[in-house]
Amino acid sequence: MNNVFVYCEIDGTTVEEVSYELLTKGRKLANQLGVQLEAIAAGSGITGKVEKDILAHGVDKLHVFDAEGLYPYTSKPHTSILVNLFKQEQPQICLMGATVIGRDLGPRVSSSLTSGLTADCTALEIGDYDDKKTGKHYEGLLYQIRPAFGGNIVATIVNPDNRPQMATVRSGVMKAEKVAEYYNGEIIYEDVAKYVPETDYVVKVIERHVEKASNNLKGSPIVVAGGYGVGSKEGFDLLVKLADELHGEVGASRAAVDAGFCEHDRQIGQTGVTVRPKVYIACGISGAIQHVAGMKESGIVISINTDPEAPINQIADYVITGSVEEVVPKMIKYYKENSK
Amino acid sequence: MSLKIVVLAKQVPDTRNVGKDAMTPEGTVNRAALPAIFNPEDLNALEQALRLKDEHPGSTVTILTMGPPRATDVIREGLYRGADGGVLLTDRAFAGADTLATSYALSMAIRKIGLPDIVIGGRQAIDGDTAQVGPQVAQKLDINQVTYVTSVDNVKDGIATLTRTIDGGIERVTAPLPLLITVNGNAAPCRPRNAKLVMKYKRASAPMERPADGSLPYAEEYERKPYLTVAQWSVADVDGDLNQCGLAGSPTKVKAVQNIVFKAKESKRLTGADADVEGLIKELLESHTIG
Repeated sequence: MNNVFVYCEIDGTTVEEVSYELLTKGRKLANQLGVQLEAIAAGSGITGKVEKDILAHGVDKLHVFDAEGLYPYTSKPHTSILVNLFKQEQPQICLMGATVIGRDLGPRVSSSLTSGLTADCTALEIGDYDDKKTGKHYEGLLYQIRPAFGGNIVATIVNPDNRPQMATVRSGVMKAEKVAEYYNGEIIYEDVAKYVPETDYVVKVIERHVEKASNNLKGSPIVVAGGYGVGSKEGFDLLVKLADELHGEVGASRAAVDAGFCEHDRQIGQTGVTVRPKVYIACGISGAIQHVAGMKESGIVISINTDPEAPINQIADYVITGSVEEVVPKMIKYYKENSK
Repeated sequence: MSLKIVVLAKQVPDTRNVGKDAMTPEGTVNRAALPAIFNPEDLNALEQALRLKDEHPGSTVTILTMGPPRATDVIREGLYRGADGGVLLTDRAFAGADTLATSYALSMAIRKIGLPDIVIGGRQAIDGDTAQVGPQVAQKLDINQVTYVTSVDNVKDGIATLTRTIDGGIERVTAPLPLLITVNGNAAPCRPRNAKLVMKYKRASAPMERPADGSLPYAEEYERKPYLTVAQWSVADVDGDLNQCGLAGSPTKVKAVQNIVFKAKESKRLTGADADVEGLIKELLESHTIG
């Protein structure tokens, strides 16, 4: 009772990386609270294929729901699993990925249980809370920390009275770590029919195309990122040239993506990809919190900006005050001249 | 088969164009400095609704929005583009609502409108980016949901076929009506205003937008053309439970809001001059940072 739960997202019979990241975080939160970590895995034909690796991340109890119709994911059956299981188990915290699935499922479950849900958290901590209105003191609440308002402020959200405290987190924000190769957790194979009424299986997936990511932005050691200051799609071609020379990848701020300068799957930040490259070259990026949230753990940050006071300059190792059109071609030129 | 469609739309501050004066020195948001706009993805949703109306003659499109009286702007914008009517859900008791309390209010209003065949809205609003209200409304109405939709391909015999974005790809699904749909920004852009409809609806307003002293310019016109009065509902009008509305009905509380202070690094300051750029590239090559 009152444990920490993580909903594991499963593609076919493979657990998504974001779920391991959340299990690792969930393990730490459970330790801090002195409770157990439980996990939920729901899919078709997953028995024998997902248990060991889920447990290895420090799961004390794994609930497996294996039945026809649970894959590909549709909203209602997975909602019923979580809602009915939570009514029984009364978790205090539930975490899930801020993925298409997590963002479809989380709100539906939270609405059904009238519990609070915070989307796209960039940090989760345990702490106390004093309600100024009622004078009530709460201990051991989940601090759900996220940039808000288009990334201009950071808000800490708490759910004082309702349980579970639910939060979604994007892939790459937390780090996955196994606790032990063979962790001694309990596995429960649940009777799906007890949780999911037949009438839930109404949405049918008739066609599905999933492609491997078209870029390697997440794993690239060098990222050349452009912001609104790049000015145009053509301006981004310059960044592509530099990235090609350096064997890196091109990324973009949300403002640049919204302006149509760059594809959506290259967006870096809270609502995009989180990167940790060796070198991050920020071109014409002012540095809204929501962008910085997705790149602050980069090794060396080089900022190219006409505004010497751009907020991103404060976290940059090198600040080049100049325009992107002027500086980037020079970088390409001198890189070509000086590298073998 | 004609369809009854409700479009969920929100008026939002334009967080995409935040200038320097958008934040107060205390670190709070200066809403007055930001223009209020029609939430972009709600416009994509409106277009899908209008296309369904085009394909299914006799269908009705109703815009539902919650907000202060000036949010009637989004209803007018909807009317200018082909919507048949709108409802402004407005009441001080709705203030401070988180996504759950918002979805409660919207679901109560939808029940009062009468359960439609399709409820459609943008995937998320740019002032919160949560994408939670859509699925929460669907749950409260106990209807199916399909999120992240890029197009409603067709509706036939009570079943909708939709294309949606999933992580790394696309999916086509069928779902029976009634159905709640949330639409992505990469769906078709909304059609422009129609000049004739702008003429017809330019004086459309909600009662709370009108002078409080009872004087009303064009009063006679409002009497003759009832469609110029936008429906305006309070908590009581939708039989709402005050404990589930606004701040009182919100399980999430904001504990703290802060302007982020970057931990300033010792940064090297360079110019765009050739010598500076060449020096930097050489330094990075020598340290094998790039190579």
